[in-house]
Amino acid sequence: MSFLPLVSHVSPDGIVAWRADGPVTLRRFLAEARRLAGLFPAGGHLLNLCGDRYRFSVGLAAAILTGKVSLLPSTHTPGVVRQIREFAPDVFCLTDSDAVAVDLPRLPYPAMNPADETGAFEIPQIEARQRVAVVFTSGSTGTPLPHDKTWGGLVGSVQAEAACLGLLRNAPCTIVGTVPPQHMYGFESTVLMGWGNGHAFSHARPFYPADICQALASVPVPRVLVSSPAHLRALLDAGLALPQVSLVVSATAPLSDRLAQNIEALCSAPLMEIYGSTETGLIATRRPTQTAEWQLLPGIKLTTKDDRVYAGGGHIETPTALSDVIEPVAGGKFLLHGRIADLVNIAGKRHSLASLNHLLNTIPGVVDGAFYMPDDNGHDRIARLAACVVAPGLDAPLVLKALREHIDPVFLPRPLLFVDALPRNSTGKLPRAALQALLRQHNKRKSG
Amino acid sequence: MQNIQKPVVSSSSAELQREVAELLIECLNLEIAVDQIDPDAPLYGEGLGLDSIDVLEVALVVSKRYGMQLRADSADNQHTFSSLRSLSDHIAAQRTR
Repeated sequence: MSFLPLVSHVSPDGIVAWRADGPVTLRRFLAEARRLAGLFPAGGHLLNLCGDRYRFSVGLAAAILTGKVSLLPSTHTPGVVRQIREFAPDVFCLTDSDAVAVDLPRLPYPAMNPADETGAFEIPQIEARQRVAVVFTSGSTGTPLPHDKTWGGLVGSVQAEAACLGLLRNAPCTIVGTVPPQHMYGFESTVLMGWGNGHAFSHARPFYPADICQALASVPVPRVLVSSPAHLRALLDAGLALPQVSLVVSATAPLSDRLAQNIEALCSAPLMEIYGSTETGLIATRRPTQTAEWQLLPGIKLTTKDDRVYAGGGHIETPTALSDVIEPVAGGKFLLHGRIADLVNIAGKRHSLASLNHLLNTIPGVVDGAFYMPDDNGHDRIARLAACVVAPGLDAPLVLKALREHIDPVFLPRPLLFVDALPRNSTGKLPRAALQALLRQHNKRKSG
Repeated sequence: MQNIQKPVVSSSSAELQREVAELLIECLNLEIAVDQIDPDAPLYGEGLGLDSIDVLEVALVVSKRYGMQLRADSADNQHTFSSLRSLSDHIAAQRTR
């Protein structure tokens, strides 16, 4: 059996996080994780909904220490929460806000006090094969598909990431993330990357440009900003004075060349993009102002079978099909040519179009219906889905309400067009072009 | 509706509410007419159906048009985007142009 430490910080006074009231030492973090672990109910699965990144990390550590598995679904709609409960009937949820409304047994994040920081100091060693998290993808039938994450796999992944980003055993830096720790990207690139490489992360999850500036200003240099194209574009447009940043990391969707150049100019720092997926974690990086080619992380290899590209090796335990159109080039590099037709990626959330159509057509009263993903507009603005539906007797609020039960709001159709019939051809197939023409007509009517 | 206390009290005019409604519709390409937006209906979720990506878009336009920065870490952020009226009130209180 091989063991890997929970964190790579060595000194009890090493800083693992920054909160509003200042730094959190490793000693305090471990004491708080032990205290929280003592309050956990018997259930073996945790849905960690803490909005504060530090509290999320304490919940994650407490779960790891007690052998519980953290569940990371892509959204928390009532339908998905029901499916999570079916997957793990003993699941309980950790929250740090009263505003969270999920139908699960709930453990409120407890008040901590410095007197808890007693006991011997020892860095926990975690067995590499321990299953610490399960992440979910949308699947194609409406039931989320689980993917196990072992401790060894996650540690390997974030160490490879740190090596590519120049953050491996470097001077400690502070990571400020605009992405939630519950999403695979934020989970790896803020919390786990901090733990695994001796860095600290900010408790904050800033949203507006002014919040991002403030979150950066309240932690020491060197700072790393872990973000997404949507937030970076907002930050650029806001024209605020940005505190000094040493590295910007972006993922969830490709950046336009122009945005990448402007962000580097604004920050006077390199911008690195990460490519990965919920199933695989991250697998490649690139600096878009210098090259269009993605460099695979050390140990990872691509193979092609039946027109699909699979990633394997390194931290990826079983070769996994990637959901984008990928062109391998020499030297462990590849080019990305957009998504595979069935898969939708909006703001880093992925869903299968087939599964969205399935959900739409199972709504009582819907006779026929189809979602439509517009082509990438290339302007760093997030494109939205549209849908056409045949549903005499229903109206848009009713259909949207039924969808909202199951899917994340980013996938709700805009517009949702009510029609008498879908333009299906003689074989019953619905050509994408026909759907596109229908929606174009609608848009023309609207603007004309 | 519950009457929520706000630290800065400044009520927006019907004119500003109309302007903000137009801005929401234009910025988010919403399929709705200005007078169909109930000033007290929620903007999130089941009301107008906005999500966090929309809020980021709207915030950009609002900050440019009215010369103000929206902040999430003030206690009343949820309140700011709770309805057209509350967003307009917030703009009325914070605008510099």
